[in-house]
Amino acid sequence: MSQRKRPHNAPSSQSKGARNSMVLLADEDDDVSYTQPSTSQVQKGLDRLTPAQVDLKTAEVVQFIFVKDQKKIPIRRADIVKHVVKEYRNIYPEILKRTSRTFETVFGLSLKEIDSKNHVYILVNKLDPPDGELLSMTPSNPKTGLLFVILGIIFMKGGVVKESMVWNTLKKLRVDPGEKHVDFGDVKKVVIEEFVKQRYLEHVRVPHTEPLEFEFRWGQRADIEVSKVKLLEFMGQLHDQDPQSWSQQYREATTPQASTAPSGPVSQR
Amino acid sequence: MARPLGEVHKRFLQTMMAKGIIDGDKAKALLRHCCETHGAPINDHLDEFIEVINAQLQPMFMQIRKGMSEEDGLQYYALVNMAETDVTRMSSDYADNELELFRKKKTMDLIVDSDTGTASSTDILNCADSLQTKKLKKKETEHVLNRLVQDEWLKEKQGEYSLSTRCIMEMEPYIRRFYQDQVKLCHICHNVVLQCQMCENPTCGIKIHVPCVARYFKGRTDPRCPACEDFWPHEIPEVNRPSSQSQSAAKEGRAPKSQSTAQTSKTRRS
Ligand SMILES: [Zn+2]
Ligand SMILES: [Zn+2]
Repeated sequence: MSQRKRPHNAPSSQSKGARNSMVLLADEDDDVSYTQPSTSQVQKGLDRLTPAQVDLKTAEVVQFIFVKDQKKIPIRRADIVKHVVKEYRNIYPEILKRTSRTFETVFGLSLKEIDSKNHVYILVNKLDPPDGELLSMTPSNPKTGLLFVILGIIFMKGGVVKESMVWNTLKKLRVDPGEKHVDFGDVKKVVIEEFVKQRYLEHVRVPHTEPLEFEFRWGQRADIEVSKVKLLEFMGQLHDQDPQSWSQQYREATTPQASTAPSGPVSQR
Repeated sequence: MARPLGEVHKRFLQTMMAKGIIDGDKAKALLRHCCETHGAPINDHLDEFIEVINAQLQPMFMQIRKGMSEEDGLQYYALVNMAETDVTRMSSDYADNELELFRKKKTMDLIVDSDTGTASSTDILNCADSLQTKKLKKKETEHVLNRLVQDEWLKEKQGEYSLSTRCIMEMEPYIRRFYQDQVKLCHICHNVVLQCQMCENPTCGIKIHVPCVARYFKGRTDPRCPACEDFWPHEIPEVNRPSSQSQSAAKEGRAPKSQSTAQTSKTRRS
């Protein structure tokens, strides 16, 4: 579907002079790594700016994140700073706080940090998926079905499966990864590149294997966005089986777990 | 400050983000659906509901805007960027020379300057030679045009390109500002008019949207220009019936091919 592109250089109401100096600064600072400013530095920075300037920068960050999220690409703090925040980097924590609040209060989305070392974020939906829908964020996308089959295989096998097993199972469902599929195109590419980049799946090399072997696990976005109960219901329909008959998985799906899902229990509500 | 948004508002907005543009009937159906999903009382005041959302979107330079499609005369709601704009929504998806091809002095100019609100592929290909940023080859230009159609900025019919409904809704302020000398307003509904019928009296030359033509001349046997009284020499299209209950066209959030109602954004039907 056409989840819409949002602009990346949102409105610039700054004067010409300000915009020019912004460009200059950005070029010089491109490779300088970002260091988190202290609370007092942030306060000093805020004192020097008008509220309108801070609002404008926040709007630009919101737009930037929407553009990335539209392709479900995780957003790196480094990119936000480099491409949008630029010379406002001394108040970055404040801008991020406001951005995050805007996503929650206006759009019903939550900005989640999925990698606290490299500061990588994704947007997750705070609203429950409508009845019968697996995910709120991807309306009627055929790839969602493919993703759920694979997440299902991994879940049923206890959290990790060999790559070859995924391809074999798909073949049984008449999706041949070696052939071009009508809906998905290059299936292997969708799974290994797209789903992995979107953090729905992890695709890692099994150590000490010759020839190389890979395995799949759930990615962080799946942990946050995908309800295991709904997934089991989906598997039940696929195999024409009562989801409760997979007793171990059913128990896991219905037990609220603290470890896997980070702070936002979107999928468990 | 603006009223806080509830889950009904947020779900409505999320769907608008995903679809970009929907017609009035679908917008009403969507509002009903969002109310039901959250067990809220059914809300029939769509425009007031959207005002509440818009108040919150304003600091983000976004807005859900209401407007008429030049093609089918239907009322549409589109989520637009108000950033007075160098076509900001595009800037992340297109290279500089591709943007230049679309923008001022190129495709947009051809469309706005034309009598019909369209530009031929030949004319667009010709102006691709004079791009300042970086020239585009014929093949590349055709590829960019295809993408612009796919992303629903442009519409293509037999080699003629026009601006999509959503594009006009989003860029109306931009068009009014940068083309104030060229662009005309519809004599009936006073909105920007691109695809239209035009009075052939050389001292008059007013333009009227095709759906506005249908509504205005309905039932008149001797159609005359509302400004100069000259004979109106064009075919008068039928006024299309509203399709309030039609579900078939209501599936996608795109401008439907089927025609439904002639209505303008300024006049409310009784
Ligand atoms: Zn009109
Ligand atoms: Zn006339």
